[in-house]
Amino acid sequence: MNKLRTFLRFLVFFLPFTAHADLTVEIVGGAAQQIPIAVVPFAQQTPVSGQRDTIANVIGADLRRSGLFRVLETRGVANQPSDVSQVSYSDWAAIQAQALTIGSVETLPGNRLKVSFRLLDVYKQTQLVGMEYNITPAQLRMTAHKIADVIYQKLTGEQGVFATRIAYVSKSGGRYALQVADSDGYNPQTVVSSVEPIISPVWSPDGTKLAYVSFEKKKPIIYVQSLVSGQRTVLANFKGNNSAPSWSPDGKRLAIVLTYAANSQIYAINADGTGLQQLTRTSAIDTEPVWSPDGRYIYFTSDRGGSPQVYRMPSSGGEASRMTFDGGYIVSPRISPDGKLLAYVRRDGGQFKVAVQDLQSGQVQVLSNGAKDESPSFAPNGRMILHATRVGSRGTLAAVSADGKVKQRLTESSGDVREPAWGPVVNQ
Amino acid sequence: MNKNIVMSVLLVAMLAACSSKAVKETPQAAVEDKSPAVSQTTGGNETATSGVSDSSLSSNPLTDPNNILSKRSVYFDYDSDAIKAEFRPLVEAHAQYLNSHNNAKVFLQGNTDDRGTREYNLSLGQRRAVAVKKALNLLGVKDAQIETVSFGKEKANGACSSDSCWQQDRRVELQYQGE
Repeated sequence: MNKLRTFLRFLVFFLPFTAHADLTVEIVGGAAQQIPIAVVPFAQQTPVSGQRDTIANVIGADLRRSGLFRVLETRGVANQPSDVSQVSYSDWAAIQAQALTIGSVETLPGNRLKVSFRLLDVYKQTQLVGMEYNITPAQLRMTAHKIADVIYQKLTGEQGVFATRIAYVSKSGGRYALQVADSDGYNPQTVVSSVEPIISPVWSPDGTKLAYVSFEKKKPIIYVQSLVSGQRTVLANFKGNNSAPSWSPDGKRLAIVLTYAANSQIYAINADGTGLQQLTRTSAIDTEPVWSPDGRYIYFTSDRGGSPQVYRMPSSGGEASRMTFDGGYIVSPRISPDGKLLAYVRRDGGQFKVAVQDLQSGQVQVLSNGAKDESPSFAPNGRMILHATRVGSRGTLAAVSADGKVKQRLTESSGDVREPAWGPVVNQ
Repeated sequence: MNKNIVMSVLLVAMLAACSSKAVKETPQAAVEDKSPAVSQTTGGNETATSGVSDSSLSSNPLTDPNNILSKRSVYFDYDSDAIKAEFRPLVEAHAQYLNSHNNAKVFLQGNTDDRGTREYNLSLGQRRAVAVKKALNLLGVKDAQIETVSFGKEKANGACSSDSCWQQDRRVELQYQGE
């Protein structure tokens, strides 16, 4: 908790703040089997306006957005418990709730809050999990996301990723801004902005840094910027282009793409900019490297076979094997956190869509339905894939579950949003 | 007389101030830039000098609209990096200029149309820049005078829906250092 608190304080003081519109998330589809859950507004000792509803609303919105839950209306129910002793299970069984979340917010000395919550099984009339958080008022939303993560994990068996953040680039009035927001689009903050394009942001595995490509010096240069101090360093500024950064799973190295005076080729470099090593040596285009989660391989895009396809090579370089055969244009490979799925962008009759390929069976499923979809990014639990899409001539973000069943649209009220990157789960 | 000396001293001081300002950026660029080929160049002075020494005082051939050197865009067909015949004279004129101005340095900026993904288009734009570089090399221009970079589709017109529109984006632009 202390770490998070320090982190938030740093964000406030060291990052150049610009007011930016929140992203709004809209659910387009849901899973066939949704878990019915009731989230009772949290009781509050000394009510502070807005706070009572904040927690229950954020939890409810998170669970609903996942597509795996049906969040029930609680207002008509007479029983409004905040403690186990007050629960009348029959009231909640009557509205077909399978699970019930109750809790309270207590004010502590020194402007701190104690948030308690319990998740109850309505049929078995037992507690599934209970937790307490000692926080500052500013941490209320993030705490609600953490509670939603606990509920999600308990009821689905999968890791929750609501208490994570996303990075993306917004373009508004001729200015590009690299932004970081909570996973639900709230609390957007500008990390860096420029009149020249910014592309390809990627999170360091520990979630404290972003690597990205900025054209501010009229050529693509890779920077690494700390989200804690706001300080940034040049990772690669060689002759020609410097682009497509990707962190190794241990965070010590990055795969990057350099050109010098020829076509794009893949290199590896230490996170401090030393130890440059060339990994591919072809006359073709080799670009968009991504490490496999176990660090053994690098997947990348190459047109060595005539059209762009995904290949894989050992992460120290060496012979590459072709991974995709279907379609004339397959680019932007991304590997799921469990290493089993390969997501990419595929051209289909002039349209660009996000597809996923099972690395074992080879089976391919087209997931997105836009015409110009790109930049897929797996959620840290692998369930959703965030990607860029277009609505009219405006760029916006969308997410689709890896099985294609749940779809979300993230829209900003103004401007153009692209290049999303889902951040890792950070343990506090 | 004295006044003149004072003036010249002042001028020199001002120029020194200017150049020290310009030089200030160079070490920074050299630190960031690990490529020896780039760190050899000393900034934007060359283009300014060559512009004056080259022709009539009033016009820089690079910016004179009547001079072919002011034409800076080479356009390409879809999915192609072949330089079309109509752009040969342009490429030849710039090769001649670079060959006669050894301190001049040109950036070849590759661009693509809006279709496709950002990083892959960056590589496609680079391929076009490399095609123009190779043409310049064949005409005798040294590698040290050329840097190929790509903007991919970042400068493309997102509202295009016809090839006549997309065609405007598929180009390499020649920009001289200091411009």
